[in-house]
Amino acid sequence: MTELIVESAGPATSLQDAGRFGWQRYGIGPAGAMDRVSLAVANALAGNAAGTAAIEFALAGGRFRVEGGSTRVALAGAEGNLKVGGRPVPPLTSATARDGEIVEIGAARSGMFFYLAVAGGFTIPPTLGSLSLHHRTGIGGLKGSTLRAGDRLPLRLSEPTGPDLALPGPPEAPSGPIRVVLGPQEDHFTDAGMLTFLGSEFTISDRADRMGMQLSGPKIEHGPKGYNIVSDGIATGSIQVPGNGLPLILLSDRQTTGGYPKIAAVISADLPRLVQCRPGTKLRFAAVERTEAVRLAREAEAALRSLIAKLRPVGRAALDSSALLSVNLVDGVVDARGSDSDTG
Amino acid sequence: MSDEPAPSRLLPCGDAAVSIEFGTGIDPAVSARVLALDAALNAEKVPGVIETVPTYRSLLVHFDPLVLDYDGFKTRVCKLAPTLDATPTPGRRWKVPVMYGGSFGIDLDATAERHGLTPAQLIERHSAPVYRVYMIGFMPGFTYLGGLDSSIATPRRTDPRPMTPAGVISIGGIQALIAGQAMPSGWHILGRTPVRTFMPEREPAFLVAPGDEVVFAPTDAAHWDALDRAAEAGEPVAELL
Repeated sequence: MTELIVESAGPATSLQDAGRFGWQRYGIGPAGAMDRVSLAVANALAGNAAGTAAIEFALAGGRFRVEGGSTRVALAGAEGNLKVGGRPVPPLTSATARDGEIVEIGAARSGMFFYLAVAGGFTIPPTLGSLSLHHRTGIGGLKGSTLRAGDRLPLRLSEPTGPDLALPGPPEAPSGPIRVVLGPQEDHFTDAGMLTFLGSEFTISDRADRMGMQLSGPKIEHGPKGYNIVSDGIATGSIQVPGNGLPLILLSDRQTTGGYPKIAAVISADLPRLVQCRPGTKLRFAAVERTEAVRLAREAEAALRSLIAKLRPVGRAALDSSALLSVNLVDGVVDARGSDSDTG
Repeated sequence: MSDEPAPSRLLPCGDAAVSIEFGTGIDPAVSARVLALDAALNAEKVPGVIETVPTYRSLLVHFDPLVLDYDGFKTRVCKLAPTLDATPTPGRRWKVPVMYGGSFGIDLDATAERHGLTPAQLIERHSAPVYRVYMIGFMPGFTYLGGLDSSIATPRRTDPRPMTPAGVISIGGIQALIAGQAMPSGWHILGRTPVRTFMPEREPAFLVAPGDEVVFAPTDAAHWDALDRAAEAGEPVAELL
């Protein structure tokens, strides 16, 4: 059996897949990769379906040893660097790590989260259908924990199949203000409060993690309905504004319900670039209609599909579909395109 | 409780969720409609719907915006809404043992004093009602109950405690709560139950569900250790009545 052994890893390094769904009615949040697009790209490079569990790093990298066989690894997300057996691996390229070799991931040069995918994924038993670690509650991951030196991650494949793969460039990221759909409790804010929200610059504070991103900036004024509501459900990207008037954007490790009014929610197409922003980043919000948000989600999904369609075996100029078919990679690519609804 | 059901509202929560709201307060008739819609939608298995989350007064539907036909879904919900039964159907009734006061319920004495009661009277008022489970939310197994005796309703603490243990039995405003795990809390802690509302390795991992009923049964220190050990070993400890 091939294993990846953790020699060192940053404190917030954890297993993450597309998320844990179906349990929010019992208070179990979805967890899952903060940046689903980067998870999908890392997996595509490793020949996996988009939502396969990978190792998520936050700012700090890590060092792993391969034992018992070989594997193919790929890194995507925040700008980092990957070395396999001391050999630098070009960005957006997978590489084969042989028995005994070290896989080393440097700290992020820009951005927050990056993903190391391994061909075939891990054979770690999922918790409630997912390997994603919900950091605060210790559900999922490797025995409910972040990855630490000495942990052994068993791999599904003892040897990788097919060639190493490369992509011509990173996914296109939108720019400009972070787009939101207003509501569901925009009626808890005064007109002045709404103007503050949509017309001001906010700064991502140091209180930003997988659960949420606390912003600092001008206070958003609540209306006569106040800042308490009878608790209702929360969607990923929801922006709640408690009594202090400062927005908190709720992310993968969020609670499932809450009692503060939610002024808006970040559209799914803008979540990947939002979570890659470091504390200190300044941002603005712009409101779009729900239908426009859906159009943008479809556009983002189409862009990811067309990027993944450009996967090339390393060292080849053009796509050789017979070569891909012969190594059974197409399944993974098709899955990456079709099965993951959360990449948009 | 009104005879005429309030019109429901569909409130988008970004592009991947919608809140279907039946009211603004804590009301058994509103909750009954939420749970009826929850059951109806889950029976239909609408393509693109990922999961539904019933809360006090609304149902949050998480969906895949690339798959769900939103307008068709909206039409379906609008047709279903007026047909939903606002009569709460009695769910299962659970007897939940509680060790009140002392180190188990650090706010029992102060809360009793605040309401001009003895600790024993407060325990009696807290353990008398049949509570309804309105919602499980926030964090794993946090069970939100309605039916608290309004004479002991207590506004939340102004200084939340940074950490409270799993199994805490507390009250906040007109709500009562069974805490699924250790968490910061601004509620008043009257006691603690050995019942694990959530244990991932147990079958079933969750005990109570929205729509169920809960009664609290005071227990004593002599029984606590045995109950706690049994719960840790995977016994429900909560009894179905």
